[in-house]
Amino acid sequence: MGTYIVRRLLLVPLLIFGVTIIIFGMLQFLGPIERSALYVRDFPKNDKQIQGLIKKYGLDRPIYEQYWRWLTGVKDPISGEREGGVLFGDFGYSRTASQPVINIIKNRFPNTLDLALWAVFPMLSVGIWLGVQAAVHQNGWIDQLARIFSIVGTSFPTFVFGLLVLIVFYANLQWFPPGKMSDWVSVLLYSGDFKQYTHLLSIDALLNGRIDVFLDAMRHMFLPILTLSYINWATFVRVTRSSMLETLRMDYVTTARAKGLKESVVINKHARPNAMISITTLAGMSVVGLLGGVVITETVFNYPGIGKAAADAAQQLDVVTILGFAVFNGLILILANLVVDIMYGIIDPRVRLA
Amino acid sequence: MTSTAIPTGDNTLLKESKSDRKISRVERFLGPENYRIVVGLLKTPASIAGFILIGTFVLIAIFAPAIIPPVGNDPYRIPRDGFSGEPRPMGSEWKRNVPEVPGWYKLVTGKDEWVHLLGTAQGQYDIFYGLVWGTRTAFRTGLIVVISTFLIGIIIGSISGFYGGLVDNIIMRIVDIFMTLPFILMALIMAAVLTPMIGKTLIPSIIALVSFGWMGYARIIRGDILSVKERDFVLAARVVGVRDYRILFRHILPNAIFPTLVLASLAIGDVVLSFAALSFLGIGTQVGYADWGQVLSFARNWITSLQTYWYIVVWPGLTLVFFVMGWNLVGDAMRDVLDPRMRGKS
Repeated sequence: MGTYIVRRLLLVPLLIFGVTIIIFGMLQFLGPIERSALYVRDFPKNDKQIQGLIKKYGLDRPIYEQYWRWLTGVKDPISGEREGGVLFGDFGYSRTASQPVINIIKNRFPNTLDLALWAVFPMLSVGIWLGVQAAVHQNGWIDQLARIFSIVGTSFPTFVFGLLVLIVFYANLQWFPPGKMSDWVSVLLYSGDFKQYTHLLSIDALLNGRIDVFLDAMRHMFLPILTLSYINWATFVRVTRSSMLETLRMDYVTTARAKGLKESVVINKHARPNAMISITTLAGMSVVGLLGGVVITETVFNYPGIGKAAADAAQQLDVVTILGFAVFNGLILILANLVVDIMYGIIDPRVRLA
Repeated sequence: MTSTAIPTGDNTLLKESKSDRKISRVERFLGPENYRIVVGLLKTPASIAGFILIGTFVLIAIFAPAIIPPVGNDPYRIPRDGFSGEPRPMGSEWKRNVPEVPGWYKLVTGKDEWVHLLGTAQGQYDIFYGLVWGTRTAFRTGLIVVISTFLIGIIIGSISGFYGGLVDNIIMRIVDIFMTLPFILMALIMAAVLTPMIGKTLIPSIIALVSFGWMGYARIIRGDILSVKERDFVLAARVVGVRDYRILFRHILPNAIFPTLVLASLAIGDVVLSFAALSFLGIGTQVGYADWGQVLSFARNWITSLQTYWYIVVWPGLTLVFFVMGWNLVGDAMRDVLDPRMRGKS
C-alpha cells in the first residue's frame, strides 16, 4: 500500500505541470496588456506605463520564464512582496467583478461545496440502487423502466431539465425558488446574530440551531440537487447495471447459489460488493465534478457558486478571471482524484498490486 | 502463427461452409465483423426509433427553405417582428419581416398569412424559424466538430498505439491530463479566449469543442490498433519491407477504424448538446443567430415568469432533447452490439 501511495503521489507534480501548461497556453492568446491583469489592478494608461509593466513582470521574456513567473509570482524588489503566482493562490485581478479572483473563490466556493455535499447522497444511493435492481431483474419491467429512464436522462440537457423543473416547481407551484437564500436570511446573515462557522449555510444553520434557516437553504437547493441527481442517475444506472450483470455471471456467485444461500444474501453479500468496485471510479469522478462547480446547473438556478461565477466571467469575456477559476479547479481536481485513487487502492487490492 | 492445420487438398469442408449461406455484396465489402455491427443496429427497435428521429431532423435541415423561407440576405438571422422585449404567445400575428408563405402552410392551416407558430422570444425573434434553421446549424457544427475530433483522435491514437513504448506512454499521459480537466468549463474558457479574436461566430465554440473532445477517440483507436498490429498480415507487410507509415495507414488503420468511426458518427448528438450548452451560457453566436442554444438562452431572463412564457423553454428544449435522444438510441444499441460479452446472443 505504501509504494502505491508514493507512486500515486509522484504523479501529482506531473499532473499539476500538465494542467497549468494547458491553461498557460490558453493565456498566450491574450496580448501583454490584457495579461497584466495577472499582476496589477488597473489597465496601464500610457505607453510609458505599458513598457514599465512589461519590463517589471517580464511579459516580453521567453515563454518558459513567463510560465515560471506565472506559477510563482514576481517579488517586488523594494517591498519584497509577492505579486501574482497561481501556486500561491494569487490568480490575478478580476476586472468585471472588481476584486481579486481569489476573493471571488473564497466567497463562492463554500456555496458550491454546500450544494455538492447534499447532492452526493441522493445521486449515489438512488442511482446505484436502481442499477442493482435492474440487473437483478434483468429484462423485467424494472429493467426496461431503468433503461428508458437512462436513455431519456442522458438525452436531457442539464439546462433544459433545469428550466423545465423551474417551470413546474417555481413558476407554477411556487414551491422551490431559485437563488441561494431568502431575503430575511441574508438580513440575518449580516445582522451578526448568526455565527458563520463553516460558511456552508446549511451546516451553519444546524450549528446555530436555526431549523428555519436550514429549511430555507434546503428549499433553495432542492431543484439544483434534483437536477444534478437526475443527470447523474442515468449514468449510474447504466454502469451499475452492466457491472452487476457481469458479476452475477461469475462462478463464485453460482457457487454461492449452489450451496443454497438465500438470493438476497447472494446479491447483497456476494455480488454487490464486487460490482461496486467499478462504480467507485465513476462515483469518485462525479463527486470530483461536483466540487469543480457545476457551471450549467448553477447558472440555470442562479445559484451563486464557482460555476456561476465562471459562466458570468466567460460571458463578459473576462479571460484572466475565468482562467483563474480553471487553475483553482484543476488543483482541486488533482487533489480529489488523488484521494479517490488512494481510496480505490484500499478497496480493491488488484489496483495497488498492479 | 501457431496454426496447426495441415493442408490436405480436401476442401469439401470449406465448400460446405461457404454454401451454407449467401454472402451479400455489402457483407463482403464490410467484412463479417463490421457487417454484424450494421445488421445488429438495423434490427434493434430502439435504434430504428433513433434512426427515424435522426432522419426527421435531416429532412428538416434539407428542406428548411421550403418549410419557412428566409427573410433578408442571411438565412441564419432569425427575422425580428419588432423590438419589444417581452415574448409573445403562440399564434400571435406576424407584422414585420414576414417570410413568404409556403404551400404546406396554406394546406395545413388554411391561412394566407404567417403567424408566430411557436411564439416569439425576447426581442421578437420567431421561435419556429430559429428551430427550423437551427437544425442546419446543429448538423453543421456537429459534423465539423465530430470530423475534426475524429481525425485528431485517429492520428494521435494511431501514433501512440503503433509506436508503443515511450511515445505511447507520453501521449497517453497527455490524454490523461486533458481528461482530468472539466470539459464544459475548459470549452467555455477556450471559446471566451478566442471570441475577441475571431468574433461572435460559430468558430470559437467549434474550436473549443474540438480542442477538448478528441481524447476519447484517441483512446479507443489506440486499443484497436494494439490488437490489430499483432496480426500476421502486419508481420507479412513488415517482412516485405513496407514502410512504417504505409503499414499504419494502409494495413492497420483500415482494419481497426470501423468501431471508432461508428462511435464518432453517433457522437453528433453529444456535440450538439455541448454546443447548445455553450450558447446557453452566452458564449458563441451573436444574438439572433438561428441556433437552438441561443434560442433557449433567452429564457434565462424570464425565470421568474415562466408560467406565462413557458413556450420559450419548452419548444427549443424538446427539439434539443429529441435530437440528442435520436443519436443516443442508436448509440445505446451500438454499445450493446460492440460489447464483446454480448456477442452471439442476438
